[in-house]
Amino acid sequence: MDISQGRGWAAKGDGSHTVITLFGDWIARRDGIEEGAAGRVLATGAPALAFEAGGLGRWDCALIAFLSTLRDGARQGNVAFDEAGLPMSARRLLALASPAVPVPAPPPEMPFVSRIGRWGVSLYAETLEAAALVGGTGLRGIAALRGRSPMRGQDLLDCMREAGAAALPIVTVVNLLVGGILAFVGAVQLRRFGADVYVASMVGVAVVREMAALMTAIIMAGRTGGAYAAHLATMQGNEEIDALRAFGIPVFDVLVLPRVLALTAMLPILYLYGCAMGVFGGFVVAVATLDVSAVSYVAEIRLAVSGNQFVLGLLKSLTFGALIALVGCRVGLAAGRSAAAIGRAATHAVVAGIVGVIVLDAVFAICARALGV
Amino acid sequence: MPSRWKLQVEGLAVGFGDVVVLRDVSFRIAAGSIFAVMGGSGCGKSTVLKAMIGLLRPSAGVIHVGGEDYWAADDARRAEIGRGFGILFQNGALWNSMSVADNVALPLRMLTRLDEAAIAALVRVKLSLVGLGGAGGTMPAELSGGMRKRAALARALALDPDILFFDEPTSGLDPVTAKRLDDLILELRDGFGTTVVMVSHDLPSLFGICDDGIFLDAGSRTAIASGAPAMLRDQCQQPFVRAFMTRERPPDDGEASP
Ligand SMILES: Nc1ncnc2c1ncn2[C@@H]1O[C@H](COP(=O)(O)OP(=O)(O)OP(=O)(O)O)[C@@H](O)[C@H]1O
Ligand SMILES: [Mg+2]
Repeated sequence: MDISQGRGWAAKGDGSHTVITLFGDWIARRDGIEEGAAGRVLATGAPALAFEAGGLGRWDCALIAFLSTLRDGARQGNVAFDEAGLPMSARRLLALASPAVPVPAPPPEMPFVSRIGRWGVSLYAETLEAAALVGGTGLRGIAALRGRSPMRGQDLLDCMREAGAAALPIVTVVNLLVGGILAFVGAVQLRRFGADVYVASMVGVAVVREMAALMTAIIMAGRTGGAYAAHLATMQGNEEIDALRAFGIPVFDVLVLPRVLALTAMLPILYLYGCAMGVFGGFVVAVATLDVSAVSYVAEIRLAVSGNQFVLGLLKSLTFGALIALVGCRVGLAAGRSAAAIGRAATHAVVAGIVGVIVLDAVFAICARALGV
Repeated sequence: MPSRWKLQVEGLAVGFGDVVVLRDVSFRIAAGSIFAVMGGSGCGKSTVLKAMIGLLRPSAGVIHVGGEDYWAADDARRAEIGRGFGILFQNGALWNSMSVADNVALPLRMLTRLDEAAIAALVRVKLSLVGLGGAGGTMPAELSGGMRKRAALARALALDPDILFFDEPTSGLDPVTAKRLDDLILELRDGFGTTVVMVSHDLPSLFGICDDGIFLDAGSRTAIASGAPAMLRDQCQQPFVRAFMTRERPPDDGEASP
């Protein structure tokens, strides 16, 4: 009697054992793989399976997939699996397809509360680690300034060049344009009151107080923070960091410190340069399109911008520099060891750096207001 | 009386998260011997090595280095013990942003008080020992795979270690270079009395230079045989070990017998 059949097979049985007749072609690319076929055979409930393959045509992995699912199912259900009727080559391949090493069971899905608990614990650990990184930088940084750190001067110089001179072109372009844009926007409004000349003070204050520090920091977060993370993550993947640790060379002094010091030192300088560029951008636009003379623009700027505003900007860029470098290094050192992890680390460092800079800027704005600067 | 065991590992277990990679591994390594860690791919050879050099904290078991409990020591002490280790990583792990000479020099600069002239002289010696005398100025990326391996060996020798750990030193080398490396390992051992622990699949070098060893198994996640490689080849009762040592397929390799 016919118990069950599908494409290329038919199972006939008499209750004590089932004979599966295989016929025709089994070509995966052309015919696909019939889903649930093995399950239907096993559902017949026979205690033994045997095969008859006289009519089998061409076959490939489609057949092996069917047979191996069937065999594994049979093994689980304690059904005898007699492969004697199969072609020799299929039996060999079937043997190769056996799971040689038992695959470890995936960890059981955690209940919701445990997941929250674990998340809380890892957040706590993360915070501790970040605090250790900041504290460590402070302590080692002081040691380094006193010349008592194994940090290599050459590394520091390389990092400073990379975070300083090499960033000049993009800092120039962005700040020039921002200054120009501010002047344009300001001009449209101020012209209505015939107060053209105040465009200079507007550009000056906005650039010196906010835009130069913020834009430069954002550029450096994208450029240098991301590069730090990617570089350290790559070193992680190459076991270069393991090699340092195995020698007992302090990873912190060799990799983190020069980067943090370099960016913290260079960002204020870039900020000052960015101020000059921003003001100059505003100057070009104002002189070219408004009724403002070069002399009155300069005079107005000197009146509007006070030393305090520079101090505020410098302070901000110092903190931004330290923040961006620390975030980049932290993310890079915590990255995984795969190629994908490098990309993820770079993106993560850039996003965290930019968000961090903007949040810090807001904090600075509030403090400055409270202090009346 | 100092013990003749340079390294003693007892009941070692290592895991990554919830996954146990090794359990209950025990062995002892005599001072001045060349010890092989053998086994199929993925059985945890590199993992044992990482536990011994301080990169992976074992979840159980003790490792004694020269009689001292390595993992019970605090970080500073462990780093100090680690100064006596020279390590050749499986893929070299050269510091890619530095020249070959700087790779060898960095540990000397960071961890010793030698002056630059002395360091330069030492670097020259180490590089010429591994046959890279003229390559000091090149960057790691400009080296061939085999040269990179040798450069990494020179770096492992930087601090004149008393234990050398090799993760597959001869993989990727041509037979002649591999033989030369084997000879170099023997000479280092004979000359400096260095203890050598090496992970290797390279049968000629296992038989040629190793005095003792351990065989790890991926299925049971522990050691299934120990002894000198040549002895394992001739006398071991475990079919898989015999097959590994004679480069044949084990009898129960999942292939149905005809
Ligand atoms: N960082 C890791 N996270 C999770 N599992 C890992 C990690 N590193 C190694 N493993 C697992 O541990 C096991 C042993 O790895 P190990 O690198 O020690 O193998 P091996 O014996 O050195 O192999 P090979 O001869 O191929 O180098 C493997 O199953 C591997 O998947
Ligand atoms: Mg390995």
